[in-house]
Amino acid sequence: MAAMDQPAVDLREPAGWRRTKNRIATWLMVLAFVAVLIPLGFVLYTVIAKGASTISWSFLTGSPIPPNVVPVGIGGMWPAIYGTLVITGLAAVIAVPLGVLGAIYINEYGGRGPLAQVVRFMSDVMTGVPSIVMGLFIFSIWVLHFGYSGLAGAFALACLMLPVVIRSSEEMLKLVPDPLREASYALGATKSRVTLTVVLPAAIGGIVSGALLAIARAAGETAPLLFTILTVTATNPNVFSGANTALSTQIFSNATQPYLGAQARAWGAALTLIAIAFILMIVARMVTARFTRYSR
Amino acid sequence: MDSPEQNVVASAQLPKPAALQDTPQDAFATSTGTSIFDAKGISIYYGSFRAVTDVSLTIYENEITAFIGPSGCGKTTVLRTLNRLNDLIPEARVEGEVHYRGANLYGSGVSPIAVRRRIGMVFQKPNPFPKSIYDNVAYGPRINGIRNKAKLDEIVERSLRQAALWDEVKNRMNKSGLGLSGGQAQRLCIARTLAVEPDVVLMDEPASALDPIATGKIEDLMHEIKSQYTIVIVTHNMQQATRVSDRTAFYSVLVNPDSDTRTGTLVEYGSTQQIFEDPQDPRTQAYVTGRMG
Amino acid sequence: MSTAAQADPAAPAGSASPLAHRRPLGDRIFQILAASAGVLVLVILALIAISTSQQAASWFATGWKIFTVDWNPATNNFGAMSYIYGTLLTAAIAIILSVPISVAMALLLTEVVPHRWARPIVYVVDLLAVVPSVVWGLWGILVFAPWLQRIYTSIASGVKGIPVLDALFGAPVSGASFFTAGLILAFMITPIVTSLSREVIATVPAIDKEGAYALGATRWEMITGAVWPHSQGGIVGAVLLGLGRAMGETIAVALVIGSSPVITSHLFAAGYSMPAVIANQFGEASGLFRSALIGLGVLLFVITIIINLIARGVVERSARRKRGA
Repeated sequence: MAAMDQPAVDLREPAGWRRTKNRIATWLMVLAFVAVLIPLGFVLYTVIAKGASTISWSFLTGSPIPPNVVPVGIGGMWPAIYGTLVITGLAAVIAVPLGVLGAIYINEYGGRGPLAQVVRFMSDVMTGVPSIVMGLFIFSIWVLHFGYSGLAGAFALACLMLPVVIRSSEEMLKLVPDPLREASYALGATKSRVTLTVVLPAAIGGIVSGALLAIARAAGETAPLLFTILTVTATNPNVFSGANTALSTQIFSNATQPYLGAQARAWGAALTLIAIAFILMIVARMVTARFTRYSR
Repeated sequence: MDSPEQNVVASAQLPKPAALQDTPQDAFATSTGTSIFDAKGISIYYGSFRAVTDVSLTIYENEITAFIGPSGCGKTTVLRTLNRLNDLIPEARVEGEVHYRGANLYGSGVSPIAVRRRIGMVFQKPNPFPKSIYDNVAYGPRINGIRNKAKLDEIVERSLRQAALWDEVKNRMNKSGLGLSGGQAQRLCIARTLAVEPDVVLMDEPASALDPIATGKIEDLMHEIKSQYTIVIVTHNMQQATRVSDRTAFYSVLVNPDSDTRTGTLVEYGSTQQIFEDPQDPRTQAYVTGRMG
Repeated sequence: MSTAAQADPAAPAGSASPLAHRRPLGDRIFQILAASAGVLVLVILALIAISTSQQAASWFATGWKIFTVDWNPATNNFGAMSYIYGTLLTAAIAIILSVPISVAMALLLTEVVPHRWARPIVYVVDLLAVVPSVVWGLWGILVFAPWLQRIYTSIASGVKGIPVLDALFGAPVSGASFFTAGLILAFMITPIVTSLSREVIATVPAIDKEGAYALGATRWEMITGAVWPHSQGGIVGAVLLGLGRAMGETIAVALVIGSSPVITSHLFAAGYSMPAVIANQFGEASGLFRSALIGLGVLLFVITIIINLIARGVVERSARRKRGA
């Protein structure tokens, strides 16, 4: 019975090639991560380095946007900043309530029914429609009849945002546990009341955060605006009529200019745009961290 | 003597179970000889939480040893220590010594991969890979370097025969392993484990998800392969323990009053006959007679 | 049981049965609103198809000519083949470069990295997604392309004369080219493919992975044995969705592709693609020209929808197969 009588057991690592394959695989995965970091670092570094020298209070608030030949220091980007904020804001006001309502329909009312399935399916499909198609769509259906305007741009952005908000809100609604709904029903509440007073508040953190991310994406979009707002250089306070401008379209037209002034303004605008998107993203994460009750 | 109900202990020192101190290992008159596993004073921690305390026992070759006890008493945790599967949980830590055929299982330089090739495991819920039946069984031999088709065919057939599944699947070896019934899937998992020709087969409640007929087949299988392997089985079913096992270890729970946590511990270990007919510890007695757990 | 006769507060007084319950108007209105919002999606998709096709009708009416190579606004010829070619080529480059990286990252995050570290790494990858397309394009044309041009030139001189390599990587060479566009597209779709793949891989049940480990598998063997068979359908779906994104991506491509409509095997040559030409030339277009550009948009719409449908089909099929065919 003594352990000494046993044959020696070899418990060392298996054959070399198996361990090598494992090691190589692991290193390749790490390499992939590095490969991802490099362009990101590159872009952010360049934008910050080149943009920072352009950005100043006068740049951010100055108006109008000077012609391309003019060097930095005269005029500013305010019209574009105003345009981006206002047009994106308008798009959000249109798309977010509709998106949340759509998600409520799919998750709370539709259930397994055929219409809900089709709507869910088509929302998924719609997230894949290229942004340029949305721009062409609004051009065909609105601009040709009512002219260029910030409103048209907002419509195009809203079409982009709608399916994204629907899908992310639906995910959040799904996470709310059924017993919560049942408790409310058991007290005699109607479905709309249950949804509005119990389900929606429970999911609101995730819904808001998802909406903020959709807004961040929309703020950076260019293609939908190219066909709907017709870039101008002076602030247009009336978002409902008349051509308008935005940071993204401004960067696009400046990028192909040979003039250093125009290019510098493009970098400044790019940094501003990234900052806006970044701030929205951070706020979204904070909302998720502090207000989301149910997460995966 | 303590009441059969929960033992409330001071959090600082969890005492060695009285039963084990009084029964020296040599008292196992029926021991066949070679010890496969030698555990001394095993405690298992998840982070700072002590999940299992002070387990010492010896598993003998070509025997079926059953771990029984109420839920949450650490049976599965101890089982998973024997094939180092707890390594997959980052905060898990083992103190004490486990020797496998004389070698320290947790010694430096020991590869968990080599350990698991020798000490296989069948899980509570059958988990066939989403591959064909053939590929399921061939997976183990393949990763160990066997590429020859004829050799693989032979290994696959042998393993499936040992698992009493060959006749039922020999004509559909290319079908997905996921399409089998619960009992068949579990036997497939057993075949898959046997295909690497391990030394020991650990079984974590292998029949708990199966109907009585499938359970019976698995128990018959265990008797058949006993002569070639050493088996350790965790089971909730006391009748099953009496049907299949030579030796039985009874685990129970100690409750910490301060932190309200539960720590598992080994209460009594002996031949199956002795545990069920003549238990020494009152907790064992309470459990096997149905008064507790 | 006289309490049953007590008026149900929701029922209007005098109704036939005390438990009769007419749904309050507000409740029904809300349901209609919600349903309308859902149906709005279908309406918009239909309108997109209809309105853009209408605008493109005159171009489509030219029949098979739309698939020729001759695109010349001056002569009113609008053959789109070179743009279709460019779209497919840049998307292919993007997928070939991005998929191995994305899948490797997804595996890294789910299997290799301890959970505490996975979160910050995911944030970094998401940061990649936050960079707007136009900023990628700006950096691409002003910084990246000139730098790449030097690299292309040296590669081109290196492969001069070698049969297949010269055709792919030889002259003509331009910083703004198919390959540059494909490369930047790869940067842009990596976050999406990574995050979708991660979701797929995360659904592999832990018990399957333990089963592989219990047989003595190394981590890589566990991945090929347990993770991959479970996830392959989902990952293919994720790749297809990335492909759809790459094809539709406009602004970055418009800035760095070189704006030269040619069909050539030389990856480092300047080229053009459908979304790029639409963005660049729409301002000056009218009549048949504009109709052609919108028509290209319709083609893009149809292609991306088809890819989307195939992607979902693939994912569905593999999910069904997992349930045991």
